[in-house]
Amino acid sequence: MLLALIILLPLAGYLLLTFAGKYLHRISGGIVASMLVAMSFLLSMAAFFITPRHGIFITGPFTWIDTMGFRASFSLQADSLTLVMAVMITGVSALIHFYSIGYMKEDPFITRFFSYMNLFVFFMLLLVMADNYLLLFAGWEGVGLCSYLLIGFWFKNPEYAKAADKAFIMNRIGDLGFLLAIATLYITFGSLSFTDIQSQLQSGIGVNQMTLITLLLFTGAVGKSAQIPLFTWLPDAMAGPTPVSALIHAATMVTAGIYLVIRSKALFILSPFSLHVVAGVGIVTALFAASVALRQFDIKKILAYSTISQLGFIFFAVGLGAFDASLFHLLTHAFFKALLFLCAGSVIHGLNGQQDIRFMGHLKDKIPVTWITMLIGALAISGIPPFSGFFSKDGILAAAGQSGFLLWVLGLAVSLLTSFYMFRLIYLVFYAHYRGKSESWGHIHESPRLMTIPLVILALLSSISGLINVPALMGGRQWLSYYTGLRQVLEVHNHKAEWILMIITLLAVTGMILFARSIFNRKEIAQLSATTLKPMGRLLSRKYYVDEFYQSAITNPLARISVKLYSFVELKIVDGLVEGMGTTVNYLSRIFRFLQSGSVSFYLFFMVAGIILVLVLNLFM
Amino acid sequence: MINYQSTLQAVPLNWYILVSLTLFCIGTVGIIYRRNSIVIIMCIELMINSVNLLLAAFSAYNGNADGQIFVFFIMVVAAAEVTVGLALIVVMYRNINSTDISLFNNLKW
Repeated sequence: MLLALIILLPLAGYLLLTFAGKYLHRISGGIVASMLVAMSFLLSMAAFFITPRHGIFITGPFTWIDTMGFRASFSLQADSLTLVMAVMITGVSALIHFYSIGYMKEDPFITRFFSYMNLFVFFMLLLVMADNYLLLFAGWEGVGLCSYLLIGFWFKNPEYAKAADKAFIMNRIGDLGFLLAIATLYITFGSLSFTDIQSQLQSGIGVNQMTLITLLLFTGAVGKSAQIPLFTWLPDAMAGPTPVSALIHAATMVTAGIYLVIRSKALFILSPFSLHVVAGVGIVTALFAASVALRQFDIKKILAYSTISQLGFIFFAVGLGAFDASLFHLLTHAFFKALLFLCAGSVIHGLNGQQDIRFMGHLKDKIPVTWITMLIGALAISGIPPFSGFFSKDGILAAAGQSGFLLWVLGLAVSLLTSFYMFRLIYLVFYAHYRGKSESWGHIHESPRLMTIPLVILALLSSISGLINVPALMGGRQWLSYYTGLRQVLEVHNHKAEWILMIITLLAVTGMILFARSIFNRKEIAQLSATTLKPMGRLLSRKYYVDEFYQSAITNPLARISVKLYSFVELKIVDGLVEGMGTTVNYLSRIFRFLQSGSVSFYLFFMVAGIILVLVLNLFM
Repeated sequence: MINYQSTLQAVPLNWYILVSLTLFCIGTVGIIYRRNSIVIIMCIELMINSVNLLLAAFSAYNGNADGQIFVFFIMVVAAAEVTVGLALIVVMYRNINSTDISLFNNLKW
């Protein structure tokens, strides 16, 4: 009942705003939507506190599909993993909803915006509360739909509409993998419910079968969480309003892929090969996206690549078997990346729509709240203690360090790149000197309270949320790892080596921040003009030409094949067949219609003749 | 008191069948070849009554009254049918000032 209420409140908001939205005052529509999500958050907290440790909350099961040989139930379940996710989702969503009231105040379609946002929260909660893969898939597709609707929220701009299409289509590629995984799971286990599958795992399923299933599941995760090779939609998805980027494309929806893998942990553990693939894709994506972020100028694009990179980093941890560390980083990342996006939104709002960091600078006195909170976000993502990112990144790096020195170095490289591009952003936006038009300097303004208060709350969360899983090394109790039952069983290890690695990491990150400061906190900044780029810089600023490669290697050939197929198969064969049938019937009727002469006697003659014929046949046969 | 059954049975059954068949064929041919719709309706009546005759004859020969009862019903139906048929002919006459069925041939290819 409680679970049903948690997920139905946002749905009610969606229905209310869609069908009665025009009777509501614009702002009050937003307030209603935000209140519903906030209530959902309070209920999630309640569920979180009343559920006993390792207990499961279940609503249902209701029969959803029951045909011959296939059954799926519609039921919600909340175990510790779900509860943690649900609290995070509803909490961040509520903050972003309130923020959006301020951010979208001027938009004429604010009601539509909030109805989509509420629908998104509904589907996201459905995704994490589903007790079987099919229902999870329903939520999965639902959030994809909302993502599409919100990226294309300003659909009158054809660029934005195209970005929405791109996101939708690339997600479909991953979803195909997910669907195949569901089918394979059903064939293998005869059920799609998590508990049924879990209980059958002991019965010895072949490793190859497991590898197939997990790789297909991972394909779905790759699409949703924007990993190589299906990542190009996420930077383009920044076409949507900034709160959407914060909620869907940073904190919640893109983490659905990671949630799926953690949820299928028992399957992945049985297939070492799949885990290697996950780790490999993760680390390559993390390095790749972080390097692209070094040379972007759009404030939201930098954060988008940062998100891809961090998600890759989390997948890296998953692949190493550190499920608890990845969930921990997922949560802290949700807080500080939502914070960074909302700060970026606040900067854009203050500059009346300017997104290019080449035309910003020295904003720290003009928008102090945004400055402080964004600085906290940047420190958190860079992994500076005591902010949350330090603890969660340290967990991942510790796991990497145990799996091999090379992996640790790769992880460190991601951290260094991250801190460099983040502080490049901070220095270019808030320090140095203002590079925009001088007449616009006077118009720069801090955002209203409604927007800054969520920023402060999120900054607070980004600062302290690391405490939920302080590593044992520092005398922490690793609450999250134990609570979710994901704790990785570590071998006996060398504490001294771990301390040393941690301190090296910290020093290197600090050095990187100072390096960024020395380059970007100056009067003359060499990197800003795109013409003077060296080949490597150009490669990065063009994002490794991946979009161009996809365009010429996949999209264009497909378009050409489609044209060929259209002109030959469609026009000649399919149309020919259909039209041929029509023509044949037409010609035959031209002959037979003379039977209908209009003369009654003629008809009667045939009738009598027919009767006689039937009689004769009856007599002689 | 005359015994109707034996009176009827005085004529051999074959003769009844022959008369009935003749009447039926005359009716059929009339329907096909005549153009006056009133005559066509009369031909239909002829066919119906040839069947009635046959029913009455068989009934008498079998000593079973069912067939004769049947004849009454058929007569009722035939009367109703004639009513409708004549009404149709009246409408037809009002429209084309004729009862010639061959003029009524507009519904064709």
